[in-house]
Amino acid sequence: MKFSEQWLREWVNPNIGSQELMDQITMAGLEVDGFEPVAGEFSGVVVGEVVSVEPHPDADKLRVCQVSDGREAVQVVCGAPNVREGLKVPFAVVGAVLPGDFRIKKAKLRGQPSQGMLCSESELALSENHDGLMELPEDAPVGQDMAEYLKLNDITIDVDLTPNRSDCLSLKGLAREVGVLNSEKVTAPAIKPVEAVHSEVPDIRVEAPEGCPRYLGRILRNVNLSAATPLWMQERLRRSGIRSIDPAVDVTNYVMLEQGQPMHAFDRDEISGGILVRWAKSAEKLVLLDGQEVELTEDTLVIADHDKPIAIAGVMGGEHSGVSEKTRDLVLEAAYFEPIGLAGKARHYGLHTDASHRFERGVDYNLARDTMERATRLLMDIVGGEPGEIVEVASDAHLPTAPVIELRAQRLNDVLGLDIDRETVEEILTRLGLGIDKLHKDGWQVGVPSFRPDLAIEEDLIEEVGRIYGYNNLPVTEPVGSLGLSVREEATRPVSAICNYFVGQGYQEAITYSFVDPKVQELVDPEHEGIALANPISSDLSVMRTSLWSGLLKTVNHNQNRQQPRIRLFETGLRFEQTNEGIDQQPMLAGVVVGNQNPENWVNGRRTSDFFDVKGELESLFRLLGIEVDFIASAHPALHPGQTAELMRDGEHVGWLGTLHPQVQKKLELNGTILMFELFLNSIVTGYVPNFKAISKFPEVRRDLAIIIGSDVAFAQVEHVARKHAGEHLTALRVFDVYEGENLGEGNRSLALSLFWQHPERTLGEDEVHERFNGVIDALGEELGATLRS
Amino acid sequence: MENLEQLVQEGLKAVESADSLQALDQIRVEYLGKKGTITQQAKTLGKLSPEERPAAGQKINEAKGQVEQAINARRDDLEKAAIEAKLASESIDVTLPGRGQDLGGLHPVTRTRQRIEDIFSRAGYSVEQGPEIEDDYHNFEALNIPGHHPARAMHDTFYFDPGTLLRTHTSPVQIRTMEKGKPPFRMICPGRVYRCDSDMTHTPMFHQVEGLLVEENVSFADLKSTVEEFLRVFFERDLKVRFRPSYFPFTEPSAEVDIEWGREADGSIKWLEIMGCGMVHPKVFEHCGIDAEKYRGFAFGLGVERMAMLRYGVNDLRMFFENDLRFLRQFR
Repeated sequence: MKFSEQWLREWVNPNIGSQELMDQITMAGLEVDGFEPVAGEFSGVVVGEVVSVEPHPDADKLRVCQVSDGREAVQVVCGAPNVREGLKVPFAVVGAVLPGDFRIKKAKLRGQPSQGMLCSESELALSENHDGLMELPEDAPVGQDMAEYLKLNDITIDVDLTPNRSDCLSLKGLAREVGVLNSEKVTAPAIKPVEAVHSEVPDIRVEAPEGCPRYLGRILRNVNLSAATPLWMQERLRRSGIRSIDPAVDVTNYVMLEQGQPMHAFDRDEISGGILVRWAKSAEKLVLLDGQEVELTEDTLVIADHDKPIAIAGVMGGEHSGVSEKTRDLVLEAAYFEPIGLAGKARHYGLHTDASHRFERGVDYNLARDTMERATRLLMDIVGGEPGEIVEVASDAHLPTAPVIELRAQRLNDVLGLDIDRETVEEILTRLGLGIDKLHKDGWQVGVPSFRPDLAIEEDLIEEVGRIYGYNNLPVTEPVGSLGLSVREEATRPVSAICNYFVGQGYQEAITYSFVDPKVQELVDPEHEGIALANPISSDLSVMRTSLWSGLLKTVNHNQNRQQPRIRLFETGLRFEQTNEGIDQQPMLAGVVVGNQNPENWVNGRRTSDFFDVKGELESLFRLLGIEVDFIASAHPALHPGQTAELMRDGEHVGWLGTLHPQVQKKLELNGTILMFELFLNSIVTGYVPNFKAISKFPEVRRDLAIIIGSDVAFAQVEHVARKHAGEHLTALRVFDVYEGENLGEGNRSLALSLFWQHPERTLGEDEVHERFNGVIDALGEELGATLRS
Repeated sequence: MENLEQLVQEGLKAVESADSLQALDQIRVEYLGKKGTITQQAKTLGKLSPEERPAAGQKINEAKGQVEQAINARRDDLEKAAIEAKLASESIDVTLPGRGQDLGGLHPVTRTRQRIEDIFSRAGYSVEQGPEIEDDYHNFEALNIPGHHPARAMHDTFYFDPGTLLRTHTSPVQIRTMEKGKPPFRMICPGRVYRCDSDMTHTPMFHQVEGLLVEENVSFADLKSTVEEFLRVFFERDLKVRFRPSYFPFTEPSAEVDIEWGREADGSIKWLEIMGCGMVHPKVFEHCGIDAEKYRGFAFGLGVERMAMLRYGVNDLRMFFENDLRFLRQFR
């Protein structure tokens, strides 16, 4: 809400400066968003009168004028189309300085001397309007300084009101608030009923009192809408950010700004029969004032005549029934529309109007009559006309009732943490215009006036008392409470520990959007369909990710395009999947690796990361978490068919590790060998609490063997068989060489293993170890076709 | 016996000129070994009278001792020289860079979020998580934002269908936690939130931390101290904090919190809006089955990116989600 400080000070004028005033209202909860002077800075501009206009001898578009500054007439060359004899205009005399430090000097235009300049609104930075000269009223005193004439020593203050404070969407409300804050008296313009001079009244029927509990109409006959809105009103509208249109629109806007009650004026001749306030019929159409045709829905309240809708109630009037210069008779409307029924209607039609903004938030339901009288009077002052009686249709059953709220002194003190005396509370409530209906021992019965629809419960009143008392004057105390210790399972590692582990491994954490490009997701996880947003911000952020890989690979692309060859990224976050039971939202941990395993260095520093580097990093993670995870050769549509491992823990799928499929990589325009993993966080964070075992005092025995075995036999199988036959005292099994070469025969490879045995209570005998070792060799031969390598 | 002295002189000379441990050892054998020339001198003792023997024997022993001492000294020298030579050959350029894995880093948003979590954890707040795809009830209704409420326009919401949406704040986590448990509560709810808005100063996804404390005797004064203290601990300085009345459907009274952030041209304090807070609205308690007469609560909420921007001087919100390594590496 924008308003002129000068205007406000006509209502209430506390003895404080502009800045202090703005600070004060900000601290009362009406946040001042900004302020600006109502005009640019200028000097030497006076009210001038065009005495004569002659054509320019050498230029078709220029005129040579004699302009009076009140003392003398000087020659001014002017190109504005609306310059004419007798016109009063802002006149920048020689020596004047216009906004932008533009100095007016004597000049010659196409050979004709020109002493000064006639100004448009934009040249004085009053508005953007530079269509022609600013036309001043005929009674403007020639020679008077323009800044003085227009009272430009003023600022426009913009307050950003929270939705509850609809009461401050008017000068009246703002003044009331400023009055409360300064304990100052507020002077409202006197409103006297206008006497009817004829008996014609509008025919009004309200068929939807639940949506429109109160509707007032009045006929104003024989108006002259070609009359000009007075400059003072135009200026106030302009300073409130509203453009002057015609007297009828200007007056309804003016009273809305002043009183907070939106109004509407219809052309009586365009209303067929009478006014009906009803719900729209399905598929009814209406061309609005802005020229847009809308198809109405049945939950829209409309003002209609006997044939058709003529306005969306509380939002915008129709074009057809709107007033024009030709309008003779007006029908004025002032109504109270129920906020809940109106909520969202403007938005539904892509509209947001000053009227809908106010009605949605709640207008004083007792304001319509006063505003109608005020508007009638203002209109008659401009356009003349003959007023009729006001017709009021109201449904008491549907009008809000003023609540009476109990405010307990104890509760007030408890919530604010304050010991406030009763007098102060009563004084604040009274200043706010709240009625203290019944004083009682424990508190107050507080009557809420119709202009504060936001006050409904005790807490609302507590806030009001705190607000006026000043939040920053309220005490500050430390909360006291139980110091109970919270449970935290030792076996479960916090995600932060996992993040720190990856940081130590050289990974940079990324945070990517949870909604991704469906095309990328289709490549990365074709087996799951992403849940689509109904209103995405763009098509490349339109489905929820089913895998964190989509975002991470896009990040790889972003960085590869910026000369970053070595990229190690991880991310944690939810992935989303539609299941039969509903939407599954699982926390995931994912990573991508591409480029050198270590930063390039001076010894062997250019080795590219491979599967086993990342596998090793994951294995270390699993040790950190105290869990055992098996890597099973498997297939995934986004991964290289020969370099894909499914990660299983106790037979449960916990994630994937693999190399990005070269075809997918090409489509995503990525370089290098890209390794990726993704794990279900909840499946891996819980390990075990360590359990001490005695350390054996007896020596450990090591035996090495090298076998030749088919390349298609996985190491995991070899390990499985070896462990099965190595007996219970095997403490470790390691592979220390893998070799493939022609000398082994096609399809074969050699594995070199070392086995370690140790007995907890005695030294193992040479024979025992030998027997176990041979057992392993025999089993590898029998079960897997391995032969000893000589 | 005259040549004993000569032998000693020869031996000492030989020791002196020995240039390796092996040569030295040979000299030892040559002079002091079983068949060494000095050792062999003992055989001459038999030719002497018993009276002469002790003195002669002593002389031989002295001679042996003299050579042995020289050998030991020489050995020490040679060993020392050998170690020095070895050390000299092993010297490296310690100014060459070290090898191995580089260090990664946490995202600045995570870093900031963890810092906030840490501050509140120390005061006994639990860290709660919840779904990001939410239902209308938990995101709006239960927080006293019914369908017609103008505050809904303040939340540009991403929808999947009319009842399902991306949470616009982490407050629904508070609702879910209160539904499950029993007061008292002290919790913070950090996480991703979503608003259908994208420009210079808005990203469609960002992070919030919302806090909630529910106890029997808690007041706005307690809220003020919690917020003020948090801000001072977070920014590690004694900055001025002010509370401005505001409006949130789920708190009453409600406040915006401003912090002192530099000075205006005229020397007055420049205030910066940093977070919102208030006393839990009775309707919210009602939705969670908590007796609003018995319990009171306060809640607060802040944007993690905003805190990170202020803390680290980041001037463009959108950089947080570009994940440019040159940006991310600055926060490790």
